[in-house]
Amino acid sequence: MSINQFIDNEVKSNDVVLFMKGTPQFPQCGFSGQLVQILDYLGTPYKGINVLESGELREGIKAYTQWPTIPQLYVKGEFVGGCDIVREMFQAGELQTLLKEKGLTVQGNAVA
Amino acid sequence: MQTKDVIIEKLTAAFAPESLNVLDESDQHKGHSGHRPGGQTHFRVYIVANAFAGKTRIARHRMINEALEAEIKGGVHALAIHATAPGEGSA
Repeated sequence: MSINQFIDNEVKSNDVVLFMKGTPQFPQCGFSGQLVQILDYLGTPYKGINVLESGELREGIKAYTQWPTIPQLYVKGEFVGGCDIVREMFQAGELQTLLKEKGLTVQGNAVA
Repeated sequence: MQTKDVIIEKLTAAFAPESLNVLDESDQHKGHSGHRPGGQTHFRVYIVANAFAGKTRIARHRMINEALEAEIKGGVHALAIHATAPGEGSA
């Protein structure tokens, strides 16, 4: 399986996927850590994938969406954004709306 | 030339922004894996330009990432982006 196939499979077989540096339990970059905090706050289940485990994965995810930075958040197979975009969406309530529209659980009436 | 000045020059040429503020925040990331001695690794961009009107957040970021492709592939480790069109409120 090529790296692109691996990424594509992860993105399409998981509702919410966060490509990040480190793990949700131990983020190794402040930007990745911010998105972990947001997702944990919302209580939406997600899969964290540590790009630091493989140079191929780290470069592959940038090519996959033509997006040069990490973290990257995908919901139901679609690229949502990186750190700034997801945080802005969360603060505006748009992330919560997006997740709900996709049929995903958002804890209570979580707002920014 | 400082990386910050290159960023300002390229963004000015690409978007003719109404306002542009580029901050070098590298010192805030000392000890972090992306930081290097001498800094110039972490930047924050506030930009207001007509070019962003009607564009999604992802599209705006892509436009900026493309304009700064060489810098992002080079030494710039992190680029925080606040891109708005005129009249959209604070960037």
